[in-house]
Amino acid sequence: MDFRFDDDQELLQSTVRDFLQGEVTPEVIRASWETDTARSPELWKRLAEIGLPGLLLPEAHGGMGMSEEEMVLLLEEVGRAALAEPVIGTAAVAVPLLCDLGGSLADTWLPRIAAGECVVAVGHPVSPFVEDAHVADLLLLPAADGSLHAVPAAEAEVVAEPANDPSRRISKVRFDAGASTRVASGEEAAELLARTLDRGALACAAALIGVCDRTIELAAEYTRERKQFGKPIGSFQAVKHMLANVKVKLEYARPVVQRAAHSVAHGVALRSVHVSMAKLGAGEAATHGAKTALQAHGAIGYTWEQDLHLWMRRAWSLDRAWGRSSFHLGRVREALFEGDLAIGPGTTFAGA
Amino acid sequence: MDLDYTDDQKAFRAEARRWLEANVPSEPLLSFDTAEGAKQHREWEARLNAGGWAMVPWPVEYGGRGADLLEWLIFEEEYYRAGAPKRINQNGIFLLGPTIMEYGTPEQKARFLPKMASSEEVWAQGWSEPNAGSDMANIQTTALREGDHYVVNGQKTWASRGAYADWLFGMFRTDPDSERHKGLTFILAPLDLPGITVRPIEQLDGLPGFAEVFFDDVRVPVEHRLGEEGQGWTVAMATAGFERGLMLRSPARFQHTAMRLVELARANEESALPAIRDEVTRCWIAAEAYALETHRTVSRILAGGKIGAEASLNKIFWSELDLRMHELALEILGDRGELLPEAPSAVGVGSWLDGYLFALSGPIYAGTNEIQRNIISERILGMPR
Repeated sequence: MDFRFDDDQELLQSTVRDFLQGEVTPEVIRASWETDTARSPELWKRLAEIGLPGLLLPEAHGGMGMSEEEMVLLLEEVGRAALAEPVIGTAAVAVPLLCDLGGSLADTWLPRIAAGECVVAVGHPVSPFVEDAHVADLLLLPAADGSLHAVPAAEAEVVAEPANDPSRRISKVRFDAGASTRVASGEEAAELLARTLDRGALACAAALIGVCDRTIELAAEYTRERKQFGKPIGSFQAVKHMLANVKVKLEYARPVVQRAAHSVAHGVALRSVHVSMAKLGAGEAATHGAKTALQAHGAIGYTWEQDLHLWMRRAWSLDRAWGRSSFHLGRVREALFEGDLAIGPGTTFAGA
Repeated sequence: MDLDYTDDQKAFRAEARRWLEANVPSEPLLSFDTAEGAKQHREWEARLNAGGWAMVPWPVEYGGRGADLLEWLIFEEEYYRAGAPKRINQNGIFLLGPTIMEYGTPEQKARFLPKMASSEEVWAQGWSEPNAGSDMANIQTTALREGDHYVVNGQKTWASRGAYADWLFGMFRTDPDSERHKGLTFILAPLDLPGITVRPIEQLDGLPGFAEVFFDDVRVPVEHRLGEEGQGWTVAMATAGFERGLMLRSPARFQHTAMRLVELARANEESALPAIRDEVTRCWIAAEAYALETHRTVSRILAGGKIGAEASLNKIFWSELDLRMHELALEILGDRGELLPEAPSAVGVGSWLDGYLFALSGPIYAGTNEIQRNIISERILGMPR
């Protein structure tokens, strides 16, 4: 039992943090919002150079051969930077799904993903929309009968749905499900979709941790500088205490996310319950953090000009993505009240 | 990241489980805040100590079994799983003990720790004074050096376990010209010294869980000073860190309550409405989160790390969770939640009412949660004082 990341993992995290701090400034994000796609193939290529898209891909296929444990550390940084590129959809969800599917589909697409040459979008019945379908070269989509399909971009009808977070581009996608696109059906497809949901929710949870961390930092910085009644507003207990409350929520969401990553990486039986606990906690911390940081900023935080909303919008959109809070709460509730989940002291790690 | 137990850890758990199953009293003991209950609890502690389980992380020579903090968490899990009695000497074993381990002389360790482990000597806390609650640096009780003794005058209050304890630890002002955090010294005093008057105070449950302690020219030998003269605040902060963190309130306690809450909701389907079940689920998740965060902290400590201001995060989290769980249980019980244990209809109501009254003290003791929020915002978030 050692609930820590090792030095290599922490070094990887700080490398990615430094890279994103230098490259992905609020100005870069705002500039991307002004483009048609909000995506930068150049930046995606550079992220590939530090190994992000192919992180979960075995080294034999040109990837980094790492697991969800490293992935959550890096996604925390993605959240901290409010990075808009498709790390969650392509790197955390599509790559392991393609690995599961195997065959020529995997052989064709995985090396290209690792090289930063393409984007693969993944749909799931939990949402009516597909993120990054507008820039995807390949789409992995469920059909009404529960089967799973690999659809080349040219065969998909993608209708963009403008949404509140300009960084998260979502679309309605229609396609003709047929034998030529079908890659899995029946129980196999159901199992793949179940894993996909867990991976997507885990990835969002990890990014939400980073988002929340950054919003608290921004708010604390602002309250050090802004003066009213002749002193920094951060010296007032009413302001201190509301930010302290967010910090409590954050620090008790973080280990739940890290444990869920371990469970997904090791295929632990309670994986889905652990992921839902993580997504719920991280989503609540980040959305609570967003409105608290706004309150700490006051009117200036309510402007488009102030950068705070870059993270607020991330908090809201990631909280809803890959299963809203009530969905994940429901999954844990069912496990507690309708399943045979072992509970009580000494059961926390029994599934490991 | 390795989240599996080693074979040694599994064997340790099995050994603890076997002993507890064979030795935990089948009937619950009376409250340790009654004379008869205090006696029962001391007997239980003596038995625990004879089995070598009184304070497993302590070195063998002080009554422990040299276990590490992970084994401590395992032992706590088994202790709560077995439904074993509350620890009457928690002020001693969980708070003062680790502080003596850090600041005590070899003589003090040998003198105090074994009798603490066995609960031959039960400890009371002497922090608060009438004018020093949250503002603990405002301590006014003096301990003035006269030769080999400190002469103590003044008053402590809200001294937990004061009514039935043998010793008291606390901070006293040894430099009468000093102010605030300076000039304070950490002193241990037997409660039977001439000049000490203990006046028990009935708590919200009607029992004397704490006491006022008056000092009138009380002579305490200098060798009962813990740490250096004037170093009291630093020593006390170490004790407070243990209190807020994993010693006093290990996760098993709250996981056990969360489990009982889930079981209560399952057994009372008609009153555990969907909205309540959602809240129960959140509580269970929070108890797991507390366990996970504690294991993360312990892993860090075992690798040479320290706990700092983040102990304040713990304290807010567990105290609010404990209160929430008891509120929900009483909501599920409805009118029956009002019943005292002796009421004819008090069947299946458990100890939730009692637990609720105790949980209400959680956000107050060990430093109010408002003080913890100040610490978090100033020392972790870097906000101005």
